[in-house]
Amino acid sequence: MTHHHVLRVIAKLMIPFILLFALYVQFHGDFGPGGGFQAGVIFGAGIILYALIYGVETASRVLPPRIVRAGVALGILLYAGVGLAGLLLGGNFLEYGVLASDPTRGQHVGITLIEFGVGTTVAAVMITIFFAFAGRRTQS
Amino acid sequence: MIAAHLPALQVVIPLIAAPVCLLLHHSGLVWGFAPLVSWSTLGIAAALLDQVLASGTISYAMGNWAAPWGIEYRIDVLNGFVLLIVAGIGAVVMPFARTSVRREIPADRISLFYTAYLLCLAGLLGITITGDAFNLFVFLEISSLSSYILISLGKDRRALTAAYRYLVMGTIGATFILIGVGLLYMMTGTLNMADLANRIPPVADTRTVRAAFAFLTVGTGLKLALFPLHLWLPNAYAYAPSVVTAFLAATATKVAVYILLRFFFTVFGATMIFESLPFGEILMALAVLGILAASSVAIIQNDVKRLLAYSSVAQIGYMVLGISFASVTGLTAGIVHLFNHAMTKGGLFLVMGCLVFRAGSARISDLEGIGKQMPWTMAAFVVGGLSLIGIPLTVGFISKWYLILAAIEQGWWPVAAVVLIGSLLAVIYIWRVIEVAYFRPWPRDRAPVAEAPLDMLIPTWTLIGLTIYFGLHTSLTVGVASQAAESLLGATP
Repeated sequence: MTHHHVLRVIAKLMIPFILLFALYVQFHGDFGPGGGFQAGVIFGAGIILYALIYGVETASRVLPPRIVRAGVALGILLYAGVGLAGLLLGGNFLEYGVLASDPTRGQHVGITLIEFGVGTTVAAVMITIFFAFAGRRTQS
Repeated sequence: MIAAHLPALQVVIPLIAAPVCLLLHHSGLVWGFAPLVSWSTLGIAAALLDQVLASGTISYAMGNWAAPWGIEYRIDVLNGFVLLIVAGIGAVVMPFARTSVRREIPADRISLFYTAYLLCLAGLLGITITGDAFNLFVFLEISSLSSYILISLGKDRRALTAAYRYLVMGTIGATFILIGVGLLYMMTGTLNMADLANRIPPVADTRTVRAAFAFLTVGTGLKLALFPLHLWLPNAYAYAPSVVTAFLAATATKVAVYILLRFFFTVFGATMIFESLPFGEILMALAVLGILAASSVAIIQNDVKRLLAYSSVAQIGYMVLGISFASVTGLTAGIVHLFNHAMTKGGLFLVMGCLVFRAGSARISDLEGIGKQMPWTMAAFVVGGLSLIGIPLTVGFISKWYLILAAIEQGWWPVAAVVLIGSLLAVIYIWRVIEVAYFRPWPRDRAPVAEAPLDMLIPTWTLIGLTIYFGLHTSLTVGVASQAAESLLGATP
C-alpha cells in the first residue's frame, strides 16, 4: 500500500481519533450509549485499519501477538477478579455494592472495571482474529 | 463463609482457570494446573450435593440481585446429581489427558487445549447450576463453542469437517433454544425458571407457548442427539482427540438431557406436556426408533470409536424412553442411566484412548489379537461392554431393570421387549470387538505393543471400576435419582 499516499495520510490522521473515541465510548458508557463491547470493537477496528494500511508485520511490531493474547486473558481475569473481590469483601459474587464504603460508589467502581475488562478482551480478540486470518500463509 | 458461595465458585473456578491457562502457556505448568482445577470442582460438586441432600434446595443470587430479576443459581437434587457427574468425569479424565494429549495434539496447541477444556467444563457446569433460562443459553454457547474447538483438535483432518458439522447443527440447536426462551419471555415477562413455572399455566393454552415448547424441544434434541437429530454425533466422537471424546460423551449429552428434564418438568410442567399434548407417545416412538436404529447401525461400523458413538445415540434413546413414561419409576430409570452411562461410556472411550495410544488406530481390523498384547486395557473394554449390554453386577443392568419395571408398570410390554432387543444388539456389536481382540492371532509382521502407561490405565479403570461398584451399591445413585424424579413430578418425597 506504499503508493496510496492519500490513504496513508488519512489513516494516520484518523487512527488516534478512532482510539480516543473508543476510550470515550468505554469510559462514558455508564452515562451515555456505549460500553465495553462497543469500545473494544472500535479500538480493535482502529488497530485493524492500521494493519490494513501499513501491513500486518508493522502492526504486529506495534502490538506483538503475545501481548494481544495476554490481553484476551487479562480482560476476563479483570472481570472475574472484580467478582471475586466482591466475594472476599463479604458480598455475593459480582456484588458491586461492597466494593466501596458507599454502595452507590461501589456500583460505579464495579461496573467501570468490569466494562474495562470486557473492552480489553473484545479488542484483543478482534485483533487476534484479524492477525490469525491475515497472517495465514497459503499452504500448497 | 465459603460454603455459602460454593454455587458461584463451582462455575467461576474453571471459568477463571481457563484464561490463566492461556497466560501460563507452558504445557508442563498447564498440565499441573488443569487437574487441580478439575478436582476442586469435583470437591465443590460433592459438597453441594451433600448440602442439598441434607437441607434442601440451595438458591444463590448472583451479584445479590434478588431472584426473579437477577440471575439465580438454584441447586436441587437433580442438578446437584448432574453437577457431580460432570465434575466427576472431568476430574477422572484430566490425569489421563497428559500422556494422551501429548501424543495427539501438537505441542504449541496443548495450552489452548486445556483452555478450551476448562471453558467447556465451566459451560457445562453453568448450564446445570443456573436457574435462569437465558443464562442457560449463554452457558450452552460457552460449552458448545469450546467443544467445537476441542473436536477440531483431532489428529485426523476429518475432525475439522466433523467439528464444522457439529457447529452448524449445534448453532441451529442453540438458536432454537434462544427462540424458545424469547417466546416464553414474551408471554410471561420473566426468565427465571421457577418464576416461569408459576406464570406459564395461565397462558399454557396459547399457540406462542406451544411454539416455545416446540422450539425448545427441537433445539435441545439437536444438542442431545435425539434419534433423527443425531447426525453430527458419530463423526464428532470418532475424530475428536480421545480425551475429548471420553469427556464429551460422558458429559455433554447428559447435560442436554438435563436441560430437557428441566424444561419439561420444572418449567412447562408434566401436565401440559404429557396430558394436554400427546408428547409422551411421540418421545417414546423416537426413543424406540433411536434404540433400534442406532444399535443396528453400530453393528456394521468398522471403527470402534464410531461404533461406540452410535451406541451412545442408542443409550440416549434409553434415557429419553425413561423420560417419556413421565412416571416416577421411568424418570428414576432415565436419571440413573445418565449417571450409569456416563461412567460406562466415559470408561469405554478412555479404553479407546489407550488403544489408539499404543496401536495407533481404532479400526476393528487393526485390533486383531490386541487382547494378549494389552490385557488390562482390553479387560476394561470387556467390563465396560458388559455394562453397555446390561449384564447383572454392572450399572447397565440397574438402568435397564428400572426401565423395564417402568414399562411394565404402565403395561407397555412391547417397549420392555425393545429394551431387551437393544441389549441383544449391544451383545452383537460388543462381541464383534471382543472376538477380533481375543480370538484372532496378533499379526506376525506387526511389532508387539506394550500395555498402556499407568497414568492412562488408572483413570480408565477408575471409571470401569465405578461401573461395577455402582452396579452393586445402588443406594446413592438410585436413591438420589428417585428423589430427583419425585421432586420433578411434584410428588412429596
